[in-house]
Amino acid sequence: MTDQLDPLAEIKASFFIECDELLEALQDGLETMDSPERSAETINVVFRAVHSIKGGAGAFGLNDLVNFAHCYESVLDNVRSGLLEPNTEIMRTFFQAGDILQDLVRLSRDELPIEPSLTAATLTDLEALLSDEVEETVEFAPLVLSFDLDEDFGLDDAAPKPAQHSFTFQASAELYASGNEPAKLFRALTELGTVTCTPDLTKLPNLSELANAECFIPWHISVDTDRTFEDVLEVFDFVDGLCTIEQIAPQTDALLPPIDLPDVANIAEPIAPAPGHIEEATDVKPAEQLSTEPDSKKVAAPKATVRVDVDRIDRLVNLVGELVINQSMLSQSIVSAQAANSTEVETGLEEFMRLTRDIQDSVMMIRAQPVKSLFQRMSRIVRESSAAVKKSVKLITEGDDTEVDKTVIERLADPLTHMIRNAVDHGLEAAETRVANGKAEQGVVRLRAAHRSGRVVIEVSDDGRGINRDRVKQIAIDKGLIPENVLLSDTEIDNLLFMPGFSTAAEVSNLSGRGVGMDVVRSAIQSLGGRITITSVPGQGTTFSISLPLTLAVLDGMVIDVAGQSVVMPLAAISETMMLGPDELKPLGANSMLVQVRERFLPLIDLAEKLGFSPKRTDFKNCIALLIANDDGQEAAIVIDAIQDQRQVVIKGLQDAYGNIPGVAAATILGDGKIALILDPGDIVVRGIDHTDTAQPQSA
Amino acid sequence: MDQKTPSQTGREIELLSFKVNDQEYSLNIMSVREIRGWSKATPLPHSPPYMQGVINLRGSVLPIVDLSIRFGLAEREVSPRDVIIVVNVDEQTVGLLVDAVVDILSINTDAIDPPPEMGDNTTRFVDGLIIQNDRMIRLLSLKAAVPAKETNVA
Repeated sequence: MTDQLDPLAEIKASFFIECDELLEALQDGLETMDSPERSAETINVVFRAVHSIKGGAGAFGLNDLVNFAHCYESVLDNVRSGLLEPNTEIMRTFFQAGDILQDLVRLSRDELPIEPSLTAATLTDLEALLSDEVEETVEFAPLVLSFDLDEDFGLDDAAPKPAQHSFTFQASAELYASGNEPAKLFRALTELGTVTCTPDLTKLPNLSELANAECFIPWHISVDTDRTFEDVLEVFDFVDGLCTIEQIAPQTDALLPPIDLPDVANIAEPIAPAPGHIEEATDVKPAEQLSTEPDSKKVAAPKATVRVDVDRIDRLVNLVGELVINQSMLSQSIVSAQAANSTEVETGLEEFMRLTRDIQDSVMMIRAQPVKSLFQRMSRIVRESSAAVKKSVKLITEGDDTEVDKTVIERLADPLTHMIRNAVDHGLEAAETRVANGKAEQGVVRLRAAHRSGRVVIEVSDDGRGINRDRVKQIAIDKGLIPENVLLSDTEIDNLLFMPGFSTAAEVSNLSGRGVGMDVVRSAIQSLGGRITITSVPGQGTTFSISLPLTLAVLDGMVIDVAGQSVVMPLAAISETMMLGPDELKPLGANSMLVQVRERFLPLIDLAEKLGFSPKRTDFKNCIALLIANDDGQEAAIVIDAIQDQRQVVIKGLQDAYGNIPGVAAATILGDGKIALILDPGDIVVRGIDHTDTAQPQSA
Repeated sequence: MDQKTPSQTGREIELLSFKVNDQEYSLNIMSVREIRGWSKATPLPHSPPYMQGVINLRGSVLPIVDLSIRFGLAEREVSPRDVIIVVNVDEQTVGLLVDAVVDILSINTDAIDPPPEMGDNTTRFVDGLIIQNDRMIRLLSLKAAVPAKETNVA
């Protein structure tokens, strides 16, 4: 608001933000239409979404968008009025049209050229639907500007007579503040017909009462047009809520029924009605009525929201991070000053800690977004990829409302796309095979999100053929990824898919297999602090499960001592802590040591040695060990010197400052202002086990 | 040597000079962000010996390079009287651990001699030599002294 941009650019930007919301609503609506839950209201929601996009696009002269939206809208209108009954084929076209609309919006926003070929096919499909059912719309040419066409709402009579619509328009100060300009609106009105516009100077206050930001002068506007009043109001869609529009009862319907023509006097003297008169105007129609009036349950009670620049939120997140560090510094210094003996200080400190944590959680919530938008993008991927390989695929999403950090959502898009494509291309069988195996012809890809014990779990599953383990193993052997004759468990074979340079597709299809393997997916997930696992049942399908931290900024960790250094182990990785007694330690070979934990044997890793801080210790008796597990379920016991504390730490990336360090995920700042390293448990387990004799049977 | 004759092309630059194991080095003051006292660094596992570790620079992680080890000079005890010069190299911010800061010199670029050809790695960290009040001051090659970000440490 502060920078004085081109006002039009500003409105345009907000139009595109609105478009995103409308496209989301459109997608939702289409999905509901495609499901048994559809109601008469659903089509209205869809229609309104397209209509609003068209309206806005028209105001900015985005003709391609307008034309396409118009054509789409006309077909939807026919569905609405019952002329067209959507079947699977039509719904497919609708979905496709929705996708293209999205592309058009994106291209228009980025001011990229729009290829006619993009819309041509779908436009033809839509037009075919129109010409089949409704004759009068046949002549819709794709390049005709929409405003010239009849677009009444199917509620009014089909051929509106030329009429005069009179109304007063009172702009509020916000209208100007948001960069709108009444003159532009009036100019837009002239496209509908002859416009008479007169300011009502009687409302002008005395000079002493004049506030320079206020707008005191209402305009009396009369439009001679063959359109309905709704069409006229549409022009004001963009200043909805920023102005007051009061219709002055048209002479035709009101007091003088026999007079067909507009009252001459009314044109000549638009100022004539006294202020009191206007208040009594019979038909008060706020502009918003047009677009949102018969509200569906979905649009019914939109929560009040504020749009905030992401940078501002990030700044806040950083500040809160500093606050957390500061808070722990403070509590540390109070403890060392031994003032904590006083109960007052103690309770105050506790309160402070709780508040800090609450603030942190709330700030993180601001960054959290439902995964819905991500899932909607995936439904498009499913549509496109299933069309490319000519399979019938249904995407079922669950847990759309699960909230995840914005950055996570953004960075999940690529890996998810890849996994969905894989599922459609490799996972699902061809229709004939499915039927032969007694499955439904239509394959199902399921996308599920849920919060599970402080993490977000996203699952991509298909009901396809499952992983062909023999083939996977053979390929891995052929490519020299694993030695021949090696015995691998099913899980280990499944995990071969994540190895770099592995691709199961016998022939590289143009859909998946673009040289981006699952290893890229895995590293993308890992860079988000997540893990990915596969489960697969032959003949029943494959499930990829991604587990992600809720936020990228803080972490619950255990502060431990290793060779005089404080390091942080993520709490989520620790399953148990134990004191090593002589009974639990079982030497194996010359250098290795196993720890017996109930029925299992876990490799023992000396953390200080692993990090290169000190030589390997010889006696592990009475040492403290943490049991940690990595993504693949491999476990290990890690020997440390002492456990200091358990606390929330702010993650500071090391990559930018230094680069990758084996076994270390990031760094944090402790209460004493020192930097402590945050360990990467998965990496430590893998390296720890790799380091020990490979012939040793892995206990996991 | 023709380069020694003053020419119009030279311009005045300011250098910060500092001591590393009794050798005097200098670097362009424009790349210095701040000078701060020594504080104990957190060592990084599997890092080269000259990498002292990281310290907390007002909430961000600052890697510290011990120049004495980096130059292959005698390893010495880190003392609390050491100084950290925080410099910007390309996009990176790095702290250089030195013995002491000596002076700020204003010199003409023409007064900088290229280091003699030694045929080995000896002059790899030196961009030039300056004679000032009978002292030889080495102009540090920041790019060589600060290792490029190691993104794929095995």
